[in-house]
Amino acid sequence: MKKKVTRRRFIKAGAAAAAVASLPLGLVEFSWGKSSPKNFTFAYISDSHLTHIKGKEFVRNFDKGLKRAVMECNFMSPRPDFVVYGGDLAQLGKREELEHGLEIMSGLRHPVKWVIGEHDYYLDLGKFWENKISKTTYSFDHKGVHFVVVNSILTYDAWIKRWKSPEERMSNMARLDNPNGSPFMVGDEQISWLKKDLARVSKDTPVVVMSHSPLYKIFKPWNFWTDDAEKVQALLQPFEKVTVLHGHVHQILYNQIGNITFQAMMSTAWPWPYPVSYIQKPNQIPKITVFMNRADPFHERDATGWSILDLENGRVTNHYKLWENKDRVLRYDEKLGYPVDSEYQSPEKRIPPQKHY
Amino acid sequence: MKKIIVLLSLIILTGSYNLAISDEFTKEDLEKWNKEFMAVVKEGDKLFHSALGKNKVSCDMCHPNASNTHPETYPKFQKQIGKVVALRDMINWCIQNPLEGDPLKLDDPKMIALEAYITYERKGKPLAPGKH
Repeated sequence: MKKKVTRRRFIKAGAAAAAVASLPLGLVEFSWGKSSPKNFTFAYISDSHLTHIKGKEFVRNFDKGLKRAVMECNFMSPRPDFVVYGGDLAQLGKREELEHGLEIMSGLRHPVKWVIGEHDYYLDLGKFWENKISKTTYSFDHKGVHFVVVNSILTYDAWIKRWKSPEERMSNMARLDNPNGSPFMVGDEQISWLKKDLARVSKDTPVVVMSHSPLYKIFKPWNFWTDDAEKVQALLQPFEKVTVLHGHVHQILYNQIGNITFQAMMSTAWPWPYPVSYIQKPNQIPKITVFMNRADPFHERDATGWSILDLENGRVTNHYKLWENKDRVLRYDEKLGYPVDSEYQSPEKRIPPQKHY
Repeated sequence: MKKIIVLLSLIILTGSYNLAISDEFTKEDLEKWNKEFMAVVKEGDKLFHSALGKNKVSCDMCHPNASNTHPETYPKFQKQIGKVVALRDMINWCIQNPLEGDPLKLDDPKMIALEAYITYERKGKPLAPGKH
């Protein structure tokens, strides 16, 4: 027999909820963090940059990259619990491009978690994305792991207002090496949201943050950079196991700052050079990264791909699926305290194309 | 006639005729020539960041600041072309393949401008012909 919801019962339940709500946030702790998190697998596709030419025409090469990633994801065994799309689905934020991207992504047989990129945002400031695709800031819990998605590609209001039209603003943000560009940031509003969101998570719960730009500073001229990264890092450092997954850089890149492990995802469209190969300006490329094999443009899909991610004991093991290069595996080394490449990490194991100059 | 040629040769060889005038240039000349050069670099910068082919793709999408173009390593063996080529051959390869366009003439002012921009962004790097 079902219990009838009497007025008294309802009031009692309401009072209990009110009592919890009035507790300081830091005291509200959920027990699932205490038990060891379960291992599971998810996938990551990013930076497809689908480019509209005219009518129904799109750049063939970039379409092929995303279609291939979707197809391969569908063949994954065991099935991934979900697939993350890491941002920059479109090239110039056009409705045609985003709709075309949704059409290709609809072929995926798995649920998708979306992260917005600057190429999706700066035409209509995220309106289409938020109406038709996804929220840009949210969190969810999955098998004992706390996932957070942030929009890290915001920038200063003065820059947003300086352009004559949305198209002009979009094309200026789309150009990576633009001297009139503007640095990315998460912004105070999301940072205070993040603070509240993390307050209810126990410090031994593994945390995985997903953003489009790296939440640390590598090379400002190309926006391999988030201006207020330190503020976000400060909120993440108290957790025992934190991983930040990001797109934007179109290359194998990883770093460790305190408790936080950073891993970059590949693009399905094209690779970007490492900032070391632009010799006119200094960079802060992480020393532990073993560079990807240098792109040989003879092969369209060279130095592009996607990732299968295994959540193992609260750490992310990254299986880079590289279409024209040998696959790479990045695993957190508990003894060293940072992620290492399973084959190439030691300098004598590296092969000639991994030297970029 | 023969005598005149012999005489002229003698004058030149003995250095009694000052040829230096044509080699002399001033600070103003240097500024003028640099201005000319930078105008071509600027034109190359513009071309490098615009759609040169038929599919809206531009050079800078793969090569921000012309990085990873390695102009100092040309001429070199280029796998996809199957022989030793100059930088301009590789520029045309990129225009024809990722940009899906028609190749430029090798002496097209646009080609010179692209080369000027690419090498300018790599200034200071020692020549390393053939390097991979």
